[in-house]
Amino acid sequence: MRLDMEKPILDLNDRLAAENRALLNGHGIFMLDLLASPGAGKTSLILATIEQLRADYRIAVIEGDIASDVDAQRIKEQGIPAVQINTGGACHLEAQMIRRALDALDLESLDLIVIENVGNLVCPTDFYLGEDLKAMILSVPEGHDKPLKYPGVFQAASAIVLNKVDTLGCFDFDEREFRISVEQINPRAAIFPVSAKTGSGLGLWVQWLADRIAKARTGQE
Amino acid sequence: MTMRTRTAWLKPMARTKTDTMHEFSLMQSVLENVEATARQAGASRVCEIRLVIGEMREVMTDAMEFAFEALAPQTISEGATLTMTLVKPRSRCGQCGVEFEHDRFHWSCPDCDSLATELLAGRELHIEAIEVDLPS
Repeated sequence: MRLDMEKPILDLNDRLAAENRALLNGHGIFMLDLLASPGAGKTSLILATIEQLRADYRIAVIEGDIASDVDAQRIKEQGIPAVQINTGGACHLEAQMIRRALDALDLESLDLIVIENVGNLVCPTDFYLGEDLKAMILSVPEGHDKPLKYPGVFQAASAIVLNKVDTLGCFDFDEREFRISVEQINPRAAIFPVSAKTGSGLGLWVQWLADRIAKARTGQE
Repeated sequence: MTMRTRTAWLKPMARTKTDTMHEFSLMQSVLENVEATARQAGASRVCEIRLVIGEMREVMTDAMEFAFEALAPQTISEGATLTMTLVKPRSRCGQCGVEFEHDRFHWSCPDCDSLATELLAGRELHIEAIEVDLPS
């Protein structure tokens, strides 16, 4: 006998993510899900971004890694609350993990939560966590052809930070080719060439993020 | 403004020992949903599971097969056939209104080159139906 189901496979994750969203809305918190490969500079960009936003926003970071707490320690050293999620082998974060992390944070005293997802350009793409938006980092040494190889993550991202532009002279990274590829698959994405190390270009990225936070707040009011 | 510094560590999620690909998470969800539906109908066995997967999704059918082989034993879905139907991406142009199929990388309008297109199909990810045996 045939039983029709028409059931979304991510139904449970999406429902838990919607609960996360409702919880965050209740506290007026903006949540950013940051995706990138291992070594693209996620933690460095988060630290540099925090430095520019911490005067205006109370920030916490959720760190997703397969193992270790080195990233959470780096955040904590800056006096920022951090929750480390060890996925124990899983390649991505899911809504239920974020819920447990939110329960470990003092939501009353936060305006902005940044999720550093597991370093991976594939697996985290389809998992909604309750975030306001996903952004991604591509670093110059990874090459300008990555939008062609990993279209999903470039499509899911509202903003694409091109990190390590201070190394452009050392690599055959064609920024024009990169922009053309991104425009083909996600013309709405904002692109920010930055160096988290030297600080160049960070202002535009931070301003964009601050604008999105302000818009989300207006929308809720 | 008081800044409270807190660090908490969360232990790994205990699910499956083999949960190292996201397809395992997806298949786990498939099997749980199938089990609930089959049990509710009083089925003794699941013969077939039919999934619909859009090509815009980050889902490998090989990895789904592998996850199914690993996770289905000792569930009501053990021995079932896994059928996956892939859906080609299709968009509509916001400028000239033409509807067109495309691949994952190019979704500008083939007629007017506009990038203002709306995806109509290609992000499906659901269990369409199951075939079950009912006790006679």
